[in-house]
Formats: sequence, C-alpha cells, structure tokens
Amino acid sequence: MAERIVNASTGAAAEEHAATADADHERLSVRVVQHAPIPLDASFECKSGELLALTGPSGSGKSTLLRCIAGLERGAVGHIECAREVWLDSPLRVNARPQQRSVGLVFQQYALFPHMTALENVEAALGHRPRQVRGPRARELLASVHLAGLEHRRPGELSGGQQQRVAMARALARDPKVLLLDEPFAAVDRVTRQKLYRELAELRRTLAMPIVLVTHDLDEAAMLADSMCILHRGRTLQLGTPQEVMTRPVDALVARLVDLPNVFDGVVRARDAAGPHTLIGWNDVTLQAAHAQSFAPGARVAWTIPVSGIVLHRRDRPSRGERENPVFGSVETCLALGDDTTIGIRVEGASNALLTLRVPTHVARRNGIAPGVRAGVSLLADAIHLMPWTADREA
Amino acid sequence: MVQRVDWQALTLSLRLAAWTVAVLLPIGILLSRELAWRRFPGRRLLEAALALPLVLPPTVLGYYLLSAFAAQSPLGAAFGALFGHPLAFSFAGLLAASLIFNLPFAIQPMQRAFEAIPADVRPAAACCGMSTWRIFGNIELPLAWPGILSAVVLTFAHTLGEFGVVLMVGGNIPGETRTIAVAIYDRVQAFDTRAAGLMAAVLLGLALVAILIAYSTTHRAEPRRG
Repeated sequence: MAERIVNASTGAAAEEHAATADADHERLSVRVVQHAPIPLDASFECKSGELLALTGPSGSGKSTLLRCIAGLERGAVGHIECAREVWLDSPLRVNARPQQRSVGLVFQQYALFPHMTALENVEAALGHRPRQVRGPRARELLASVHLAGLEHRRPGELSGGQQQRVAMARALARDPKVLLLDEPFAAVDRVTRQKLYRELAELRRTLAMPIVLVTHDLDEAAMLADSMCILHRGRTLQLGTPQEVMTRPVDALVARLVDLPNVFDGVVRARDAAGPHTLIGWNDVTLQAAHAQSFAPGARVAWTIPVSGIVLHRRDRPSRGERENPVFGSVETCLALGDDTTIGIRVEGASNALLTLRVPTHVARRNGIAPGVRAGVSLLADAIHLMPWTADREA
Repeated sequence: MVQRVDWQALTLSLRLAAWTVAVLLPIGILLSRELAWRRFPGRRLLEAALALPLVLPPTVLGYYLLSAFAAQSPLGAAFGALFGHPLAFSFAGLLAASLIFNLPFAIQPMQRAFEAIPADVRPAAACCGMSTWRIFGNIELPLAWPGILSAVVLTFAHTLGEFGVVLMVGGNIPGETRTIAVAIYDRVQAFDTRAAGLMAAVLLGLALVAILIAYSTTHRAEPRRG
C-alpha cells in the first residue's frame, strides 16, 4: 500500500542537481497508522516549496492526519520526518510533542486567542526569538499578510478573511519547517476566498517549506496544489499531480472521489494490431483506448473518460474525427448552466449506460440537442483511461 | 452597653471563608479543567457526587461529616493522632466541612468557563510552541477568568452564610467554631433581635459587595472575550 503511494518523482530526484537534492532533504515524509479515534493508514511525501492538497470526502481523516503531523493526535503509530528531524518513530519510541515540532498550523476556525490583539496573537508564536525582536517581527508578519494598521484589533473585531490572515501570520511566526493548512478557506465568503487564494499563491513563492493543504474542494486543490493526495476512510489512495489524479485515477473509487461522471465497466478484448491501442468491450460496443500494457486480454477493467474527452458529432457536417470510437444514444438530460450545457446520453449497445459530456451551450443549441433526440459522440481514444476492476463499489 | 455585633464570630467567618477560597481554588481549577476537557470512565458519577451538596439538606451532609470526623472513625482518629485534638468541633474540622460543601459552588462556574474555551485554542497554543505552563497562564486563565472569579465570590459568600453544616460539625464554640451565621441564630434564640438584626445587616452588606465586585469584573471582562 505504502509503496504504491510514494510520489514517483522522489526516486528520480536524487539524480538531479543540488538544488533539488536540498529540497528533497527538507521534505516532509509521513507514514501513519492509527486505529482510534479515527482510523488512519496513510503515507505521503511533500517536498520543500511544494503545496500538497490532502483531499477526500468529509470524515475521510484529512484533518486528523494533519493533526498527526502537528503532534496533536498522540495515538498515531508510524514515522513522520520533516527537514531531517524525526518527529514520530514508533519503533524507537519517538513522539515529539507539538511544542518540539516546528509546525505552522492554520486551524479550520483559525483558533485565534480571543483575548489577545492580532499583534499579541502573532507574538505568542515568537517565543523562540529574543524578546526585543518579537514586536517588530510580528508587525512585519502582519504586514506581509496585508494587515498593517489592524495590529491592535482583537479577533472579534476582525472579519473572517482578516482572521484567516492573522492565523496565517501566527503560523509563519514560529519559522516552521512545514506549513499545515486545515480547510483555511471554508469559513469565508466566495469573494474573500478568491482573494485569499491569490494571496496564498503569492505568499507561497516566498516560502521554502512543504505546505500541506487540507480541503474537500477539488477545484481548490486543482487550482492551488502541485500535488494531490486522495484520502478515503483514512487511507491514502493516490498521490500525483492534480491533472494526473483527476484524469488518470488509479481505480474506480478514486475516479468517483474526484467526481468523474463517466466511470464504466469493460473487458479487455485485444491489442489493436493496426495501432498503439488496446481494444475494450463495453457490452456490445468495442472501443479503442490508449495502449495500457498492464491489462491482459480477457481482464475485467473499469474505465473512465473525462468530459473533455467526449466530442459531440455535428449534425450538419460530419468530420473525420467522428470515426474515433463513435457511439450513439438518445439524449436523456440536457442541462444548460451558464455558458456550458451538460448532456446525458443513454448509449445504445452498452446496456443504456449514461454518458455525460459538456459542450458550449450554443453548440448544443445548433445541433438541436434536446431530451429524446438521437445523438452521436466520439470518445477520444487517448482520453480513455483503464483501471483495475475492483469489487469494491462503495462510494 | 452590651456588644451588639459579635466581632469575634465575624472575623472567624471571614477567616474560614478566606481559607476555604485559598485551599479550594487550586483544587477546583485542577478538577474543573479535568471535568471540562477529559473524558474518563466515571466522569458523570464524579460530577454528580460533586453536585450533591447543592441538593442534600445541610443537616444530612453535616451528619455524615460529623460521623467521618468523630474520634472513632479512621479519619478522625488519624487527625487526632497527628494534631493532638479531635477534628470535630475544631476550626480545622470546620474548614474541612466548608471545603466539601463548597465544591459545587467552586467547580461548576469554573468548569463552565473552561468548557467555553474554543476546542482548538489550546492545541493552537501548543503549535505556537507555548509550554503547558504558559498555555495555562497566558491562555486558559485569562479566558476562564470570569468563571474563576465567580467561583471565588460564590465560595466566599456561601461560606459566610452556611449555617446547618457548620452547626452540626463545629457546634458553637466562641473563637473556634462560632461563625457569624451561628451567632445570629444564637442572638435570635436569646431574643436579642437588635444584635441579630445588626449582624444580619453586616452579612447582607458583605454579600452585596461581593456580588457587585463579581458582576463589575465580569462585565469589564466581557468585551475582551469578543
């Protein structure tokens, strides 16, 4: 389990030049198992300067895993190492207290000290610095999160976004070796959230440390993160770039967790003699998929295709592209949401599986797409991604 | 002229109240923190036991304490062997009883105050690198301060006013166990209503001042909690 998760790029990093090697040494590596109160079986690595998003449905153990890294969950067993400091090593009975781990943690509701001003909140995390520099350093940190002038406000006198910035400044005040963010954008309104996204993206460039962001929001993860780790019931299922995870999930469960609408079962028919393709059977339909070596003919597979890999056939002018995996069916749903229209098609010959695609609304209109209409689409072979079939159908 | 106010009894009451607060405050803070944050088996039972003095008739509580303090009981015997005088009908015995019947008045406001501290605030302080003692002194105490203050005031005022338990356990020995409340009762029994009325007024004034102090401090503390 653990081996499968480790980012493929870390192995190659050793052969790269010194800068990368440094980043590799400053990395965070986590491998924890916990039975209670929330079961965990998780492992991942995050390099210095990298932002890793821990993503999964609520209750999947994201926050608990983050608290393990900070040393707040005392029952965890495993190995946690950050910047060559061992924080947790159960066989060696090492389990550093939160005070001994230099982590910056932004809590979900920020957990600011309500009786202290913004300045005092930040100063509270500067205990490791000489007394006379704490004040100036705290002001500097507050200025870096655009809070200059609000130093003497208490948390109750600040807006949600301002509170989040104080929490960020306080987390950074400790000169942490890792920055941990627990759903830091969940408690603010949409406009503020967009602003805070930009600020984090800007702030990151000045931070040379691993950053772990816990979020249940896939768009947020895709937008902010360099890598993404999918967590489900406390298990890390896949680690990769957001693009990788969201287009090439390791199995049907991950595909569902990243909200891919088109996940189907199939059987590997054969390798296509004519091209670099693997042929799969989808009930009575045969599809060409990008060649996937690990699947032998006859194997049951799950497969998925992103909505962007499905092309609607034009009614007036058929094109060459339509020869690529053409399938037909009747339109069941046609939902216009703003500029895009989401179309659901019951595919003929595939036991009426529902295929979901998205086209610009004007395209749907020009092609007369409406419920009940027969339509044709092409499934781009390179976009079809095969996954091992598992009996595990839990969502 | 007959002395109207039994100053000796009043001083004894104040001394008892001060000692009760001094001893009960650290114990109460420790106990109420545990009750507020720690989940352990038997927690409900402990909470119920601590609240008993609220509902038990003072004479019942006093009876059990008196039995426990008697020279024949292990506790009473041990105390007698150590200090050379019995626990019952002594100031020490009075203080022990006072500590017990004040438990709910000290613990409940403090427990509520510690419970009201947002769950992640203490972990956040630990993640800021603050030691356990600094977290206690700089975070927990200031945030729980209104509750601690009302525990102090309630304990102090309630000790001044307690009658039943005091009479059962301490009796009415001038300078040793006769408190102001007992002295008032004593004067009423002797049809000296003027002295009783005066002392009652003194007690009323003290109670009012105590409550005023608690209220004004709590109200000043409130905007800070924001």
